Formats: sequence, C-alpha cells, structure tokens
Amino acid sequence: MLELRSLTRRFGDVTAVDAVSLTIAPGEMVGIIGRSGAGKSTLLRLINRLLDPSEGQVSFGGQDITALAGRPLLEWRGRCAMIFQQFNLVERLDVLTNVLIGRLYERNFMSSMAKHFTAAERTLAIQALDRLDLVPQALQRAATLSGGQQQRVAIARALVQDPRILLADEPIASLDPANATRVMDALRDINTNDGITVLVNLHTLDTARTYCGRIIAMRDGRVHFDGPPADLTSARLRDIYGTDNLEADIDESVTSTAIPARAA
Amino acid sequence: MVAYADTAPTSPVIARFHDDYRAQRRTALRNQFLFTLVFILCYAAATVVGDFYPARIIEGFPRLGDFIVKTVPTIRFETFWSDIALWFQPWRFWLGLLVETVLIAFLATIIGVVGGFLLSFPAARNLTPHPAVLWVSRRWLEIARTVPELVWALIFVFSFGVGPIAGVLAIGLHATGALGKLYSEVNENIDMKPVEGLRAAGANWPQMIRYAVVPQVIPNILSYTLLRFEINVRASSIIGYVGAGGLGGELRQVISFQEYTSISALFVMILLTVIVIDFSCEKVRHRFIGILGKVGG
Repeated sequence: MLELRSLTRRFGDVTAVDAVSLTIAPGEMVGIIGRSGAGKSTLLRLINRLLDPSEGQVSFGGQDITALAGRPLLEWRGRCAMIFQQFNLVERLDVLTNVLIGRLYERNFMSSMAKHFTAAERTLAIQALDRLDLVPQALQRAATLSGGQQQRVAIARALVQDPRILLADEPIASLDPANATRVMDALRDINTNDGITVLVNLHTLDTARTYCGRIIAMRDGRVHFDGPPADLTSARLRDIYGTDNLEADIDESVTSTAIPARAA
Repeated sequence: MVAYADTAPTSPVIARFHDDYRAQRRTALRNQFLFTLVFILCYAAATVVGDFYPARIIEGFPRLGDFIVKTVPTIRFETFWSDIALWFQPWRFWLGLLVETVLIAFLATIIGVVGGFLLSFPAARNLTPHPAVLWVSRRWLEIARTVPELVWALIFVFSFGVGPIAGVLAIGLHATGALGKLYSEVNENIDMKPVEGLRAAGANWPQMIRYAVVPQVIPNILSYTLLRFEINVRASSIIGYVGAGGLGGELRQVISFQEYTSISALFVMILLTVIVIDFSCEKVRHRFIGILGKVGG
C-alpha cells in the first residue's frame, strides 16, 4: 500500500505539488493526467525521492519513505523503479550493461567500479530483455536503438530492479503510435503478470482510458479527479485541462496516438 | 511587388514586436561599443607599461640576429660528419638527459591524470555531492594550476633535493590543476538524463559517475591527457633550470658559459623530440576517438 499524505513540493514561489493525499493499492495500474506543469512529473519524483517534499509524507507498507537516507533510500529507489520520457539510458554503453544498471543498488564499490556482474545477474538481465524482444540487440550500444526499443530497454532495467512499484513519466510522449502501443502493452503485462503497481503519467487521454483502471487528474498541483475512466466526463475534462479560449470540447482523437483497433 | 519596407505595423502586437526589437538592438550595440572601448584601453595600457614600442623592437632585432649567428656551428662540406660530431660532442650525456626529460613528463602526466580525474567530479557543478566539496576541490585545483611549474619546482627542490623527483612533483601538481579544470568542464557539459536514470535506479554517487558520466567523457579526457603530455614534455625540458632534472640544467649551464653552438645543439634536440611527440600524440588521439566513437567507453 502506497500512501501519500498532504504531499507538497514548492520550487521558490511555485507550488508544483499542493497537499496531495492518495492511497494506491498493490497491483493497481493508475494513469495520471493533467496539462503540462500540473505537477505530474514532480509527484512521481517525490515518490521515489529523486526530489524531497517540502511538506507531507510518503509511506509504503507502513514504512516512512520521506525519512529514508543513505543505504535504505537507495534500496527504496531499487524497489520503486522509474522510466522516463527521454528513456535516460547511457547511450554509450551497450544494452546489456544498461539493463544491469538496475542491479547496481545491491553491488559493492569494487565490483561496480570494475563493471563486474555475476552470471546470475546477466541471466536475469537477458531474461528481462527476452520478455521485451530485445535479445538480438543486447550487445549493441544503446544509442543505435530506436526510441521505442530504448524505452523497452529502460523497462527491462526497471524489471531487473525487482520493483514493487513502477513509475513511468510520460513514457510514450516521444514515440510513434506503434512503439507507444508496444510500450504500454509491456507496462500492462508487467502490471497484470508480475503484480507490480504501475503509476503512469500520460498526455493522451484515450491511452489512459484504455490501459488504466483508475485515473487521477491533476491541476495546479492538486488532485481534481480520482476514479474510474468511465466517470471522466467532458465537463470534468474542461475542469482539469482548463479550456481557456477554446470554444469546443476537448477532442480526444486530436491528441490520440492510438492505432484504431481492427475489428476482432 | 510589395514594398515590405513601407508596410506599416498592422496591429498592436506587431507594433510591440518592433519596439522590442529596436530596444534589443540598442542594447546589443551599446554592449559592443563598451567591449571595444575596454579592449582599446587595455591594449594602450599594456603598450605603455610593457614598453612595447616599435622603436625598441627594431633596435633589438640586429642583436637577435647576432645571437642566432653565433649559435650556428661551422659545418664544412668536406668535413661534414666530423663537424656534426663536434657539434653534438657530448651526445651520450645529452641523450640520457633527454630520456630523463621525457620520463619526467610521463610520470608527471600520470600524477596529473589521476589527481585531475578524481577531483574533476566533485569540482563539477552538476555532479558535486555537496556545495562545500565543490568549493574545496575547485580552490585546490586553482592553487595547483595558478602556481607555475617553475615555482613548484623551486619549492620541491628545496624539500626533496636537486633531481628529477622535484620535477615530476612540480609538473604533476601543475598538471593536476590544469587537467582537473579541463576535465570538470567536460563533466559539466554532459547529458544529465543518464545521471537521472542511474539515480532513479538506486545507484550511489560513485556508481553514477562510473556508469553515467565516465562513458560520456572518456574521449575528451583522453584527448586532453595526450595534449597535456605534449605540454609536460615542453615544461620538463626547461624545469632543470632550477635543478629539477632533465635537459634544462644543461641548457642553463651552456648558456651561462656562452657555449653558443651547444645552445643550438640542445635546441635542435628538444625541437625534434617535441615534434615527434606532438605528431605521435596526435595520431594516437585520433585513433582513440575513432575507436571510442564506435564501441563506447
């Protein structure tokens, strides 16, 4: 159980995340939507402590995450994997090493400086790559891969961390529709088959509706909606996105990256 | 034809753009004028303080010519080889000193690389674990490189005695400061996305440096290192002037004893060595960059 209690983060005068309280059950797949600058990315970074909160608390299974420091903090980041819009791989390293980076939080100083990993760890990494159909690319430099492949390498890295939670910050915003679908399918597969809680920031409403059982909408750092996709009416969308001068309702097909499903 | 120049501002938005544009141009012109003014003032001041007048330069030129003529050995065609042998008469001794010179530069470069490399990460604004660590490592690098090699050499000759040890330490320390600065600037220009990726995966600081930073900076670090080795060879050929080993001591000797042809002989030796080292470093550097471009660090 992941719990956020009046979580707040300020950057100077700007309050990016404003007293957010949420409870997320194990195994949920939650989509977080909202306009740019609504605080979605900050929220995810507060959960795995890439950022420290100004106020409030994150707890997981009764453990106070906000109080962690040193070794336990690194272990928490291991348990709480994250993938990014720009993939954040080390482009000059090969794909396999990029995946093995997910094991570093358990490696000691000398072996990690020597880039030494055990055979068991390599097996784990190659199995993760196999799940994402990337074994043939394992020894290539990450830079030589397409965006969609790089994001799947990032997912494989997250998998070998053996996480309880996977945070995905706009994972498909830089991808074409076909790759976006593969990445979202991979996240869904991890969620249903491994029981890993997935929190995913999304720009595209229809993706959130398709993949997530629960949608949280943020505006100006606050939660404006929290419920199943069906409850997300166009009146609520106007409230979330603030249509400014737009006369018409928000047309979800404009931002959609989905390939229309063939009739089965 | 539409006369663009006569097109009047058609809306308040465009009119405002024109105002903003003119204001921006005015600021740019003023800055350029100020910069030019400061440059001219500095130049004038330097001329006066440094006595850098054309008359003095013209006056000194003949003496420079005299000196060069004196250092040219007499080499006749019929006795060519014996004249060369006479010119480079103590060549065994000099060759030993030349090898010592290159080895001093080599060891000093190793010291500089190790010290500079380790300090370049805490001294990079984007990577430092703490502002205080940044401050300390930057000041240390500054001290190491602002003090010239010859001054460090004087200090080390005093403490470790006359000989190559003082030279190695002096050039090594200066190289630490110079390389640490260059490396840390390379570190500050890296792509930070992999760093965030490493941090999010629970990696600690040394792991983050090793996996996210080092692969990105290796080609530049190698390039700067080889460049520094060239510079260190030049430095170590002069450092003997204060008793810190290498050819410099001999150079000082022959200059003070006015053995003019020996001055030119040593000069030729140093020049050839530096040319050979520059050339081979250049080759190695390009090969490294080529290789690393393909397979990564």
